[in-house]
Amino acid sequence: MTEFTQISALIGGGLIGLSALILMLMIGRVAGCSGILTESLSFSKSANSERAWRLSFIVGLVLGPVLTANISGFTLPQGDQFSWTIAVLGGLVVGIGAAIGNGCTSGHGICGMGRFSKRSIVATLTFMVTAFVTVFVTNHL
Amino acid sequence: MKALIGLISGLIFGIGLTVSQMVDPQKVINFLDVFGTWDPSLAFVMGGALIVFGLGHWFIIRPKQKAVLGDNIPTISDAGIDKPLLVGASIFGIGWGLSGVCPGPAVANFSSLNPAMLAFIFFMIIGLKLGKLTKERLAAAR
Repeated sequence: MTEFTQISALIGGGLIGLSALILMLMIGRVAGCSGILTESLSFSKSANSERAWRLSFIVGLVLGPVLTANISGFTLPQGDQFSWTIAVLGGLVVGIGAAIGNGCTSGHGICGMGRFSKRSIVATLTFMVTAFVTVFVTNHL
Repeated sequence: MKALIGLISGLIFGIGLTVSQMVDPQKVINFLDVFGTWDPSLAFVMGGALIVFGLGHWFIIRPKQKAVLGDNIPTISDAGIDKPLLVGASIFGIGWGLSGVCPGPAVANFSSLNPAMLAFIFFMIIGLKLGKLTKERLAAAR
């Protein structure tokens, strides 16, 4: 059970949108977390020249929650969130799916849908449906 | 300069994920659990992000030829709806539903140094690399 927190959800969401807007407006890059993470660890020539902004985005993503916890009551969840099985299996499946499907919640769900990309709208609806079904199966069957 | 923009954007992204509590896997699972203890918050996170990015893109980015620092603005892929997109998104949703974690929140949770979360990040990176290899193999075979 978690509380319905519409105000902080809307403000937090707005900040995520602002982050994606800044990245595209200033340097013409998509704030897609799976892509940024994968390519920051890629050693092709084209990835080398892009590594600096990608790594600094990742550093920011790690430091953002630390900063937030220091100035507000919002913190990262504490303690174990899931079993080791889910950690290994979930991590692998999320990674494989995001790579094959060319994006995740941020790239498709925000940057793609926010620009009315047909592929991103289809991808987002697809992963929403399989996620809803997965939770239904694990929680109710 | 590009790295500085990356840092600022990443910071705001991480703050947004924390304030919205999308960093909490339970929050995500409860959003996906429509027939259980449903928590609609995540719809507001998506909504807030889409309003700011969508409007900002429409009115500020779309009329521009180039990004402020001179780079090209990425075009929207016209590859159409293909099998990798549908299969990949389906697989991704299953993993997201199992764990309540997607790539952004996974990285944002790094500083908790929770062992299971670190394992998730590690295996997600392996998955991303495996998926990328698979996609390239499939494309080359076609």
